[in-house]
Amino acid sequence: MDAVILQVLNGLDKGGAYALIALGLTLVFGTLGVVNFAHGALFMIGAFCAVTFRKILTLEQVVLSETELSPWGTPLEIRTPFAQQWFGDFGNVLIDYSVPLSILLAIPVMLLIGIVMERGLIKHFYKRPHAEQILVTFGLAIVLQEIVKAFFGANPNPQPIPQVFLGAADLGAMVGMAEHVITYPKWRLVYLFFSLGVVAAVFAFLRFTTFGMVVRAGMSDRETVSMLGINIDKRFTIMFGIAAIVAGVAGVMYTPILPPDYTLGMDFLVLTFIVVVVGGMGSLPGAVLAGFTLGVVQSLASMTQVKDIIPGIDQIIIYLVAVVILLVRPRGLLGKRGVMEN
Amino acid sequence: MFSMPKKDAITFALFAIVVLSMPIWLSPFGASYPGLLQKFAIYALLAVGYNILFGLTGYLSFGHAAFLGVGSYAAVWSFKLLSMNPILAIAFAMVFSGIFALAIGYVSLRRSGIYFSILTLAFAQMSYKLAYSVLSPITHGENGLQLTLQDPRVIDLMFMERGVSLPTSSLFGIPMNGYEGFYFCAVILLIGFFIAQKITSSPFGMMLKGIKSNEDRMNYTGFNTKPYMLTAFVISGIYAGIAGGLLSVTDPLAGAERMQWTASGELVLMTILGGVGTLIGPVIGAWIIKYFENIFSAWNESILHNVFAFLPDNVEGIVVLISSKFVGEGWHLTLGLMFVLVVVFLPGGIMEGVRRIASWFSRRKDPTKDQEVTDPENMPKPSSKKGE
Repeated sequence: MDAVILQVLNGLDKGGAYALIALGLTLVFGTLGVVNFAHGALFMIGAFCAVTFRKILTLEQVVLSETELSPWGTPLEIRTPFAQQWFGDFGNVLIDYSVPLSILLAIPVMLLIGIVMERGLIKHFYKRPHAEQILVTFGLAIVLQEIVKAFFGANPNPQPIPQVFLGAADLGAMVGMAEHVITYPKWRLVYLFFSLGVVAAVFAFLRFTTFGMVVRAGMSDRETVSMLGINIDKRFTIMFGIAAIVAGVAGVMYTPILPPDYTLGMDFLVLTFIVVVVGGMGSLPGAVLAGFTLGVVQSLASMTQVKDIIPGIDQIIIYLVAVVILLVRPRGLLGKRGVMEN
Repeated sequence: MFSMPKKDAITFALFAIVVLSMPIWLSPFGASYPGLLQKFAIYALLAVGYNILFGLTGYLSFGHAAFLGVGSYAAVWSFKLLSMNPILAIAFAMVFSGIFALAIGYVSLRRSGIYFSILTLAFAQMSYKLAYSVLSPITHGENGLQLTLQDPRVIDLMFMERGVSLPTSSLFGIPMNGYEGFYFCAVILLIGFFIAQKITSSPFGMMLKGIKSNEDRMNYTGFNTKPYMLTAFVISGIYAGIAGGLLSVTDPLAGAERMQWTASGELVLMTILGGVGTLIGPVIGAWIIKYFENIFSAWNESILHNVFAFLPDNVEGIVVLISSKFVGEGWHLTLGLMFVLVVVFLPGGIMEGVRRIASWFSRRKDPTKDQEVTDPENMPKPSSKKGE
């Protein structure tokens, strides 16, 4: 039982990442009708925003010490980050919190990348068949991936967790169970709440703002909305930017869990596509639900008890679920009737 | 059965000449070594087969790498258990990839459009993951399946002694790893190309094209399209299986990474780059990508310095710095850019480009010849500008 709870928790934070990427993917599909294979690359670029931010923060001034010598006889190099020099202790705090702080960098960068991508390339593909959309965004994903590789190399770039969130939280003890039974890394807990928060923010934005209302109206009937004199294209472009931000911040916060390298996007892409399809193309709640569900299902399947019964199930469970859903209920868990149902 | 329209016969003859003379005309490009030539022939076969599905019916499969992998494994197992004869290995690859394609196709074809793509992708990923983990007794997981000295090789050992070194595949004594191997692959490519030509011009091929242009209408006119689709899927799966088998014939080592979805993605790139729905296009696409992969990726800065040596020194430095990002390790960047440009500007691939140039030339012979031809503004432009 404890093991099951632990695995569910494990699945939830992975599911959080799936849900956030799938949410963005669905936003793009629901508004623009474009199948965006480059969305995984946006997740990856977000992760590298965190890497860049930390690199900038930890730029160091190197001073050769005049008195001390290093073990091999040369003058000792004293390295102090500029941030520490300028801001003192506050600078150290900045460096410590580099990962969450890089969200501040990621938001404008991702918005810009998203809008440039939409206006520059994807705009031309609204009316083309889905196959061509897949192909052009697939090509774009390769390009983005290779650009990142050219700058950051092919090795993973591990990012540290802020001191406060190091270690594990004893969740079991908190709810009155025995101690040290259900412990869970604090950062993963942060990630889970973060992803829930972002999901809530996106839904609130669509539900409670005028902008969101117009976008929802445009999603259900684009032509009528534009006939009412609203520039729906512009709003959809901004929604693409928002989808990029969601993917980007999801990537930023995921860096301490999985050191990002340039293939990160492709690794997540296939899985999130399956999440979107399972949730139902074009359904936002479906994407979130399917994201968390598949995350949990995946980690439950990797329990040894399950693997003993069906060997190898943990490797393929997500694909298996996708196949079954597609065959039995092609519009997905929460998909609308008639939206890409055949 | 072997009679064909004159135009097709000429195409086939030209194609045969081009393929068989590859060792000669590729040598100025530095690509005339057996390993690469074999890849040219094998991947061309793969692309031709993929085009039977994607080009004729418009169903975008992201799972063909699985058939390639199954073909490879089947061929290596045939080497291990029975004989080093490549024909036997190819037969094995055909049978197994065919069965595999039948099973996957039967399920996947219940949906169309993007759902079909996702289903094939899911099946291919499942095969890949399983090949890495649970099926390791069959696939030898990360190490890859390779020949060992203790292999049974039942048929071979009836006729000869067990050697002291690892055997190589040989067709009745002809080793399959040099130019002979290339010609073996080339002959199979030509057979495959011939069959693809036949399929394209047959009533069956017309039916597939009908499915591409409007599947609903085909259904309304009383055709049950599913068996046709399934046949096309299995045929193209078998092509992929043969290609996988040939990969094992020329180099008896099969690894699971051949089944990864990016391998399927590369196959789609080849087909699109060359021109979907044409016979020659996918072949050209496959050659270009394999050429880039092997030649371009080997370039480095010193080669670039030689290439741009005619430039002034400081300009040369900048040019080399920029272009070095596009070759060597970064050749994928070139590939991605090329691919995006092709999909945006030339949805029909290189073959459409060729057609446009051809029509450009044929219009030059128009009666309005007295116009100044050097003036680009007055030139009649091809009007088929898509994607606007």
